[in-house]
Amino acid sequence: MHIEVTVNGRLRSADVEARTLLAYLLRDEFNLTGTHVGCDTTSCGACTVIWDGLPVKSCTVLAGQVDGGAITTVEGLEQDAQLHPLQQGFWDNHGLQCGFCTPGMLMTTYALLQRRPHPTETEIRQAISGNLCRCTGYQNIVAAVQQAAARLSAQDAMEEVQA
Amino acid sequence: MALEITESRPLGKPIKRKEDARFVRGQGRYLDDIKLPDMLYLALVRSPYAHARITRIDTSRAQALPGVRLVLTGEDLAKMNLAWMPTLAGDQQMVLATGKVLFQYQEVAAVVADSRALAEDGAQLVEVEYDPLPAVVDPFWALSPQAPVLREDREEASNRIFHWEVGDLDGTERALRDAATVVTERIRMPRVHPAPLEPCGCIADYNAARGHLTWYVTSQAPHAHRTVLAMVAGLPEHKIHVISPDIGGGFGNKVPVFPGYVAAIVASISLNRPVKWIEARTENLTSTNFARDYHMEVALGADRDGRVTALRVSTVADHGAFDAAADPTKFPAGLFSIVTGSYDFPVAYAAVDGVYTNKAPGGVAYRCSFRVTEASFLIERAMNTLALRLNMDPAELRQRNFIAPERFPYQSPLGWTYDSGHYAATLQKALDIVDYPALRREQAERRARGELMGIGLSTFTEIVGAGPSSTFDILGIKMFDSCEIRVHPTGKVIARLGTRHQGQGHETTFAQVIAEELGLTTDDVLIEEGDTDTAPYGLGTYASRSTPLAGGAAALAARRVRDKAKKIAAHLLEVDEAEVEWDGQNFVAMGAPDRSVTMPAVALAAYTNLPHGMEPGLEATYYYDPPNLTFPNGAYVAVVDIDKGTGAVTVRRFVAVDDCGTVINPMVVDGQIHGGLTEGFAIAFMQEIPFDEDGNCLAPNFMDYLVPTAVETPHWETGRTVTPSPHHPIGAKGVGESPNVGSPAAFANAVIDALSPLGVTNIDIPLFPWKVWEVLREHGVAE
Repeated sequence: MHIEVTVNGRLRSADVEARTLLAYLLRDEFNLTGTHVGCDTTSCGACTVIWDGLPVKSCTVLAGQVDGGAITTVEGLEQDAQLHPLQQGFWDNHGLQCGFCTPGMLMTTYALLQRRPHPTETEIRQAISGNLCRCTGYQNIVAAVQQAAARLSAQDAMEEVQA
Repeated sequence: MALEITESRPLGKPIKRKEDARFVRGQGRYLDDIKLPDMLYLALVRSPYAHARITRIDTSRAQALPGVRLVLTGEDLAKMNLAWMPTLAGDQQMVLATGKVLFQYQEVAAVVADSRALAEDGAQLVEVEYDPLPAVVDPFWALSPQAPVLREDREEASNRIFHWEVGDLDGTERALRDAATVVTERIRMPRVHPAPLEPCGCIADYNAARGHLTWYVTSQAPHAHRTVLAMVAGLPEHKIHVISPDIGGGFGNKVPVFPGYVAAIVASISLNRPVKWIEARTENLTSTNFARDYHMEVALGADRDGRVTALRVSTVADHGAFDAAADPTKFPAGLFSIVTGSYDFPVAYAAVDGVYTNKAPGGVAYRCSFRVTEASFLIERAMNTLALRLNMDPAELRQRNFIAPERFPYQSPLGWTYDSGHYAATLQKALDIVDYPALRREQAERRARGELMGIGLSTFTEIVGAGPSSTFDILGIKMFDSCEIRVHPTGKVIARLGTRHQGQGHETTFAQVIAEELGLTTDDVLIEEGDTDTAPYGLGTYASRSTPLAGGAAALAARRVRDKAKKIAAHLLEVDEAEVEWDGQNFVAMGAPDRSVTMPAVALAAYTNLPHGMEPGLEATYYYDPPNLTFPNGAYVAVVDIDKGTGAVTVRRFVAVDDCGTVINPMVVDGQIHGGLTEGFAIAFMQEIPFDEDGNCLAPNFMDYLVPTAVETPHWETGRTVTPSPHHPIGAKGVGESPNVGSPAAFANAVIDALSPLGVTNIDIPLFPWKVWEVLREHGVAE
């Protein structure tokens, strides 16, 4: 089947089998291998991407479902050679070790901060409860998200002042 | 906040990780991210039975499916003498089953096709008929004479793999008879799985014209894998290029060689095309190597003052259908003989019987230096039981029995020479951080109100960093490790090591070690691992051996570089070499501190302006064979509350004070501790791979095999004492496994402490809420 989808702001198309999963559409057809597959059962969240504003686990979404939609992957976070504050937060706070869960964590927390710009620690922990990490014990991920939230708020405030 | 990678004198500083630049962008290059032209995909057909005779395999329908290029069975492999492969433990394992299957999900056939999905389609079309046999699930039953003998390939008509023992049995029995108090307990460490988030996989790319195999593989030990492959497959070693790309967590899971790897290599050689095999999560949890499954019985004797006098341990170790542990050759039960722990036992004895059952093969060292976790759990649980029996505070009991600091190097009764430690100080630090006396007062008050609060201690000693090579080898290959350093004309460095990181941060921490030795910054040093064509030979990353071995090699190779650099510096400073001093960043002319040269200036001279007769270049290689192992240790305190309505345990606080000797990067060390504690937490409270009586695996996915999420994972508090290893070049001991080794006992001891007023001395982990609730109900306190 033919699919047209906006990925990281760019319209892309592919011809795939009907059974193709979104994760493999991104990885195999568009060569966006930052989206990882860790469990195939919607348990681990390494494959999380943003679909029309909401975080989804792309290993359990059919490619055909996103036809006409918009997807953001980890590759879409960096803008103008500037890391997204979440990416910087993970780096500054040692919020990753092997890096395999990181793209999914980034996308889930990206969606969280869109919805809740000032999340509490409990809200952060609940938001990432569908994303498993075997390396970090989550503590530094929480710190990373808190740092990113603070920086994004500061940026917003600065923009308001400038406006 | 972490420091930038351009910080000078980086050793011991929280330098930001270099590898994160790609990982936070989703630009890591993991195995499944690699796509080669004309690549095919391999899927495995697996047994639905735990024990059955194969009566027929029909591959015709699979072979007829368009897009299927090859179907392999055990019979096909037998013709190539590859139906079986050696395990790292010296046993042999079926690649694809012939005759019988011995565990559920065992590999029976392989299908290679144009796409991942087509390969799965083809696997569905392979017809296999089985004649089911009774499954042997209980390892104790496996040892009884009535049990069917599972392995028909072995001469011994027994399910016993090995009997291993160490220590003085007679002396131990005597001491136990004479002891004022003897406590006994059956302690079980259940079957668990390392379950790194990235499953195992490989791409075999054989080029017939060149007679050359490139093998991309999720390998913690690429050099050893290449050698094993050369020996097993008969390929010349220099024509095998093993590349271990970024690895999404290993934890011991990625040390062994798996049937899927061999099938992919055979398929690539047969088809002269690249073949990729990536396991699904269910395949990972059910077939590629479990850990633990130790069933231990302990007797611990003490005198009237609570001083330990003897320790006797006997263990039945369930290895599954094949002994696929990755233990050093002379150690079938790994380093289990560290079981006397941090305590000064005059005499001890330990025995382990390994057995076959109809379960997945393994016995890997899951975030553990070969059965050290089992040993640590046993002794720390047993000390808790002794404290209960003596009605003595568990901290006081430990302080009374610790090996005193002046006893190091300490000779343990089971044969190890502990390098260093200050156990009493480490425990005291942990007790100070939690304010132990206040916690005990609070506990007394809560108990008076009928509440269940527990405080658990674990004061463990690990043994890591195998070599030395006089004692340790794997299939004969000595367990050293290596580092090669090349300093280029502008003072920039490429260093390659025989290890392979999987998240530990080597690209940063080893760069810190080398930069410190050479007066550079971490940014100046590029670390490369995992490519057998370029890196010097080493045994790999597991058993917390990277820092003790490759870290030592890195420091010593850098010092070799510095030795030569000093001669060049003397030439540049126009003084004798004896008049040149290294101040940590520069070579300085003695007595003339204004006259100095930097390492980059020396590096340039090494290629442009050498002393007469000196060999050009600035490089060194060091193969480091350590004189001893290292013995990291720590004191952990868990504080828990138990809900009498549900049996749920809440970890209110957890303090981990670790002593891993010299710290290279405190941020990375804390990260390792956090992660290891979280895995230990899972093992204590929620993880087990159980089987039903027919040998069906009951936890084959992440819905049944639980990985803790951010919600239930406790907040970790860390602290440190630093007792350097006296024999390591920079005094470091290794740390990655300490939290996973030390923490399960702290959690379990805390739960038992909470329940001890009821007379409870043991509950087998994992401490699921229902299990705790059953105990509460039995004692009439469940609400």
